[in-house]
Amino acid sequence: MTALLTVIISYLAAVVLGIIPGRHYRLIRGLALVTGLSTLAVSLVCYGQFRLGEGGTFQNVIELPWIPAIGAEFKVGVDGLSISLLMLTGLVAVCGVLFTWTLRERANQFYAYYFALIGGVFGVFLSLDLFLLFVFYELAIVPKYFIIAIWGSGRKTYAAMKLVLFSFVGSAVALLGLIAIYYGSGQHTFDLVQLMHSGEFSPKFQIVVFPVLFVGFGILAGMWPFHTWAPTGHVAAPTAASMLLAGVVMKLGAYGCLRVAIGLLPEGAVYWAPVVGWIAVINIVYGALIALVQTDFKYVIGYSSVSHMGFVLLGLATLNEVGLVGASLQMFSHGVIGALLFALVGSVVYSRTRSRQLGDFHNLVQRMPGICWTFVAAGLASMGLPGFSGFVAELHVLIGAWNQDRFSIWIMVMAGIGVLATFAYTLVKIHEAFFGKSSASASDEPYAPMTLAEKIGCGLLLSIATVIGIYPPLLTSILEPSLAPILEALAAAGKEVF
Amino acid sequence: MNLFDFSHSVGWLWWIPLFPLMATVWLGFFNPSGKFAAAVANAALLASLLLSIRAFAMTWGPEAGVLTANFTWIQVAGVNLEFGVVLNPLTGAMLAMVTFVGLLIFLYSTSYMSRDPGMTRFFCYLSLFMVGMLGLVMSNSLLLLFMFWEIVGLASYLLIGFWFRKPSAAAAAKKAFITTRIGDLGFLLGLLWAFKATSTFLLFDGGQGLLEIEQITALSATKDVLFGLNGAGVIALFLFIGAVGKSGQLPLHVWLPDAMEGPTPVSALIHAATMVAAGVFLVARAFPLFLADATVLGIVSWVGALTALFAALVALGQYDIKRILAYSTVSQLGLMMVGLGAGGLALSEGGVSIGTFHLLTHAFFKALLFLGAGAIIHGCGHEQDIRLMGGVFNRMKVASICYLAGALALCAFPFTSGYYSKDQILLSAWTAHGAVFWISASASLLTAFYMTRQCCYVFLGDYRGKGPIRQSPSLMTAPLVILAIFSLAMGIVSEEFYHILTYLSGIAVDQHAWIVVVVSWVIALGGIALGLLIYGGSQLGLDATDPMKGSLRTPYAWLENQFFIDELYDATVARLWKASAVLIVFLESGIHFLVETVRGLVTGMGGFLSKTIDQKLIDQISFDGVCDRIYKSGRLNAIIQNGFLQGYLRSVTLGAVILGVLYLVFAR
Repeated sequence: MTALLTVIISYLAAVVLGIIPGRHYRLIRGLALVTGLSTLAVSLVCYGQFRLGEGGTFQNVIELPWIPAIGAEFKVGVDGLSISLLMLTGLVAVCGVLFTWTLRERANQFYAYYFALIGGVFGVFLSLDLFLLFVFYELAIVPKYFIIAIWGSGRKTYAAMKLVLFSFVGSAVALLGLIAIYYGSGQHTFDLVQLMHSGEFSPKFQIVVFPVLFVGFGILAGMWPFHTWAPTGHVAAPTAASMLLAGVVMKLGAYGCLRVAIGLLPEGAVYWAPVVGWIAVINIVYGALIALVQTDFKYVIGYSSVSHMGFVLLGLATLNEVGLVGASLQMFSHGVIGALLFALVGSVVYSRTRSRQLGDFHNLVQRMPGICWTFVAAGLASMGLPGFSGFVAELHVLIGAWNQDRFSIWIMVMAGIGVLATFAYTLVKIHEAFFGKSSASASDEPYAPMTLAEKIGCGLLLSIATVIGIYPPLLTSILEPSLAPILEALAAAGKEVF
Repeated sequence: MNLFDFSHSVGWLWWIPLFPLMATVWLGFFNPSGKFAAAVANAALLASLLLSIRAFAMTWGPEAGVLTANFTWIQVAGVNLEFGVVLNPLTGAMLAMVTFVGLLIFLYSTSYMSRDPGMTRFFCYLSLFMVGMLGLVMSNSLLLLFMFWEIVGLASYLLIGFWFRKPSAAAAAKKAFITTRIGDLGFLLGLLWAFKATSTFLLFDGGQGLLEIEQITALSATKDVLFGLNGAGVIALFLFIGAVGKSGQLPLHVWLPDAMEGPTPVSALIHAATMVAAGVFLVARAFPLFLADATVLGIVSWVGALTALFAALVALGQYDIKRILAYSTVSQLGLMMVGLGAGGLALSEGGVSIGTFHLLTHAFFKALLFLGAGAIIHGCGHEQDIRLMGGVFNRMKVASICYLAGALALCAFPFTSGYYSKDQILLSAWTAHGAVFWISASASLLTAFYMTRQCCYVFLGDYRGKGPIRQSPSLMTAPLVILAIFSLAMGIVSEEFYHILTYLSGIAVDQHAWIVVVVSWVIALGGIALGLLIYGGSQLGLDATDPMKGSLRTPYAWLENQFFIDELYDATVARLWKASAVLIVFLESGIHFLVETVRGLVTGMGGFLSKTIDQKLIDQISFDGVCDRIYKSGRLNAIIQNGFLQGYLRSVTLGAVILGVLYLVFAR
């Protein structure tokens, strides 16, 4: 029951906040913060209640009849993987409110959509029934459109439409796969647990259906070449939404790839692993190189998200324990760091400079020193410096990839180039943004220092990234047992395919 | 592992980096005043120094072995990622050197930076550097070593860019970080490779560690893994790439001279005495892996020798006092690599002590030279160009004498510390490879020559700068004197010196080979004599041409421009990098185009559906048409049913008439 509270609280808050008249924006943002905090608290309670000894099974399961005619149930539960993502979602939800603290325009509607989106995200991470999962997946798409189209900036309607179209195409493709699973299993059930234990899919079926599911979910994970929605959408979205999009929504896709595509079709996964590996390193290098030449600060971060999601995909493609743990860690890590970067660029810096063009920035290091050094720290975390979560995650992924004998050596080389390119663009852009001088605006007037809300938000995200970086067992201890069933299936599949 | 157990385990070693860490955190979070910050940082380092001396003393005995304290960081996939500390002579000597030289430089900085508004930030970064450096030398895990290695790189980045208001400093910081990262990638690949091959990151683990005989034997048994190297050699080669980046060896040396943009104490501590030596230390630490493949040892000695010669040549053509010292650092680091590589070939395990010995002596005299240069720069009104100095000796006696002592040690003048360590390098090169020996010897000759040139410029003649020469405060000169004593007086305890060699590797080292002794003497004295001959009596300064330039025009221009390596990289590597980014952007626009086409088709089809089918066919023609007809027919009816009785009657009559006519027509 505990875990389900996250969904209930979010949807309830969406309704309540939507009803309160918009002029009470102080009350609204206060309630929004309380909502975010309570979802975070609930997810932390789930973490505390998680029984490590039974890590391989789903816990906190609730099962209610729903649509018996098609064998769909309302079934939810959590394991270590979903708990880590629940905590991430709660954290980003809280910080999103903090960085939207000054919003007044239609605040009631904004938070209504915001929590509707978050409710859908929580729902996906909790669902143990493929049909339910799909419903939540769709429910999460709709609010995104309105948030971007109403509160966004730049080409917002275009971006909103592009994002929604990509999401819908992705979910349509995924639905195709899900229906195939429904019929292919011969059991006419959507129950994920039952399918994992007794789903008998022929190798041929798996090889055909796996790419359908993987691409369907992968679109939302920013998989190359279906990634173009991500930078455009992230850039046009208001800060809280870009934090959610980059931090959490992209993980929905990766979660689907891992839980559904790899979890149910291990033989398909084994067959396609080298291809996925190649796509993953293309993601890494491609995103990093494009980030290197962007002139819009927010696009830099947008493409860096694409690059970092490549590490998630690479971890998934390794299909071994270290790699999968690494992919899950990277989901969490990028969620935290990506959200921080978007908050800094989209809200903290933008609200002061009123520009996102790197060329317009003038001598920011002296005009906003605190923000500058915070960004440097965030940038270091993003490039995977030891001591931050990104390093642990990337290390796991790289060890995993190295241990995957079916990967060509060139995948490792590409991953290495990607690591270097990440380093290059992060440093180059930090220097262009904060240490550069623009002749256009020669004013050296200092900007306002960070507000309390901004300080709390940045401090929270940075310290989480550091804590995980220094003591990763906080997450790996719950991830590892929960990935065991998938790994067992993969081990069996590996024997069968070869 | 117990941090408080000071007798049975070496877990307490963790306190050595922990003290500076506490200082970093304190300074970073509470931002106290500059003076107080300096006191905190100095006190923390003093505590580390005391513990380091204890660690050093523990290893300074005949029975000293390898002591470790390990613990598991993460357990994943049934494999433990383990961390730990190791105490062996290499650790002990490095700890003592780093903390001792570090403390002197901290004291010096307290005076040097006292007017800088960023003093707190400076000591925060400096303490962070100490955390990384001390952690690095005591790590017993390749992974942990890598992590500290990165912290050291980060601190170096922050300190080079300390005066970030200068664009050149910010650019140099960026360049240093990215260039060393290229090397770090090699290190990362090496450690991943090692982990795959041995499933452990631990260096010493009671027989199971990466550097212990069992694993080394297993690794070297796998022949021809990559480039014809055996399993251990491949790992060693990758680690060496990391060392090349950090220690500024060819071809990744370009960042080190630019790193002099940082404050002078930083150049002394990080870019001369300690951090840049981390690459050499890494090779020394992982020496058993290098020993397993003679090819890698050959590569190490060749890269080292060529770097030594190249950098010594470039140093000849420089006019910036710190840049000359920077290139001399590159050159000396190259010689240390020769010591390790050739020493390994000649003496097997003994090679460790040859390279490390020069590392230790170099740390003292190079720190001295940089601090001395700092005092001179400070005195000459922040002028770094040697052509604008001159006559400094008479005005700053103490600093000048100390500087000359350092210079003598660098030139390997007989019976200074540099003489003993360089002698050993040349000796091992002589045994290992003739060409390497002659290259190293010429590099050493050039060293003596360019140092003499620099000293002539700085100390002789009349003062050519503007403004009066200021004396340094005693807090700045005291560390100079101490370092000068260490650089010179080592010769008095020369027998003890050879004991250090034995101590470092546990192998007795041959002390005498007359040919090498002769060559060493010729090099040092000859280089100095040549320098005095050419520069001693000449007119020097901005308006006078450099005496060397007068006779060697074109080659000297190459030296002045550092062989155009930076320009070469700008033209090739940087271009390639940009080009690939542009190419990818091109590809991205392709994808955008595709997406846009699809979107255009979809919206176009939507438009077609909405405009043509929906609005025209269905709405206008079908729906609207039908409605229109109904509406229009309604209007017709409305005309008829207008409510006027006459009209109705008219219609009725008309209808009756029509009916009558119809009847008449059809009824027949």
